[in-house]
Amino acid sequence: MKFGVVVFPGSNCDHDCYDVVADVLKQPVEFIWHKETKLKEFDCIIIPGGFSYGDYLRCGAIARFSPIMEEAIKYANNGGLVIGICNGFQVLLEAGLLPGAMMRNTSLHFICKYVKLKVENTDTPFSSQYKKGQVVRIPIAHNEGNYYIDEKGLAQLKKNNQIIFRYVTNPNGAVDDIAGIVNTNRNVLGMMPHPERSSELILGSQDGVGIFKSVLDWLATR
Amino acid sequence: MFTAEVKITLKKTVADPQGLTVQHALESLGFTGLAGVRMGKFIILQLNAEDEVKAKVEAEEMSHKLLANLIIEDFSIEVYPESNRGVKQS
Repeated sequence: MKFGVVVFPGSNCDHDCYDVVADVLKQPVEFIWHKETKLKEFDCIIIPGGFSYGDYLRCGAIARFSPIMEEAIKYANNGGLVIGICNGFQVLLEAGLLPGAMMRNTSLHFICKYVKLKVENTDTPFSSQYKKGQVVRIPIAHNEGNYYIDEKGLAQLKKNNQIIFRYVTNPNGAVDDIAGIVNTNRNVLGMMPHPERSSELILGSQDGVGIFKSVLDWLATR
Repeated sequence: MFTAEVKITLKKTVADPQGLTVQHALESLGFTGLAGVRMGKFIILQLNAEDEVKAKVEAEEMSHKLLANLIIEDFSIEVYPESNRGVKQS
């Protein structure tokens, strides 16, 4: 199963994602430079965390118009698996691949710590390795993780079971404690916590590796 | 040459923790007359448009596409001929 990790100027979790795929999952993986206009054959694309374009204007707003994003949007609309982590989630929101928008944390602080997440839906390509209601420890590291969606949008998310992870204790003011969502087709995941930083015991937790292993499982059954 | 001033604010329905913090700071300085503080962005565009109308249309397009996120933000635009910048046209 071939993974691609998109690299923008300012991405800083790209190597962590690469490392998890190459060394933990033992799968082929390639970096994809943001200026590329053609996507090769990939089974899953990861948009990593960081500060693409210095977070100028709004987080993800400029990265969203990178040449590679046009291809990534096509890829997602054709059913390809896309994971956006932290800044990657913000890029997916700005690109309109996921609903809602990201606001500054209510505390106005950059928060970097382990948080507990409740797994809300295991019936997706990204969460089959977990049990519904399971609580996992995955770290967050963000200043703009305060997820916003209007009431109508929230009702849609709930109705379609698009909320995958909720914070057990809300760290940032996110609507309905939302930490991670999928699109209605369930092939695009966005989450603020960093599973790539919690996929090996040596890092303090391997609760995050379930996301990547779920993807492998899902792809194996295709 | 025209100057378009784009003002971007959070929608009224969206909470603004930054504005609230500034409000609290002002209140702790003794300014008691505040009913609210909202923060936003102010962007100055210099446009080589043919006329004022075209300059405004272009600035609106830019605001829709990139400058504002309409899920959480509203924007308003004022356009001035470069020579009259800051002077409101009647």
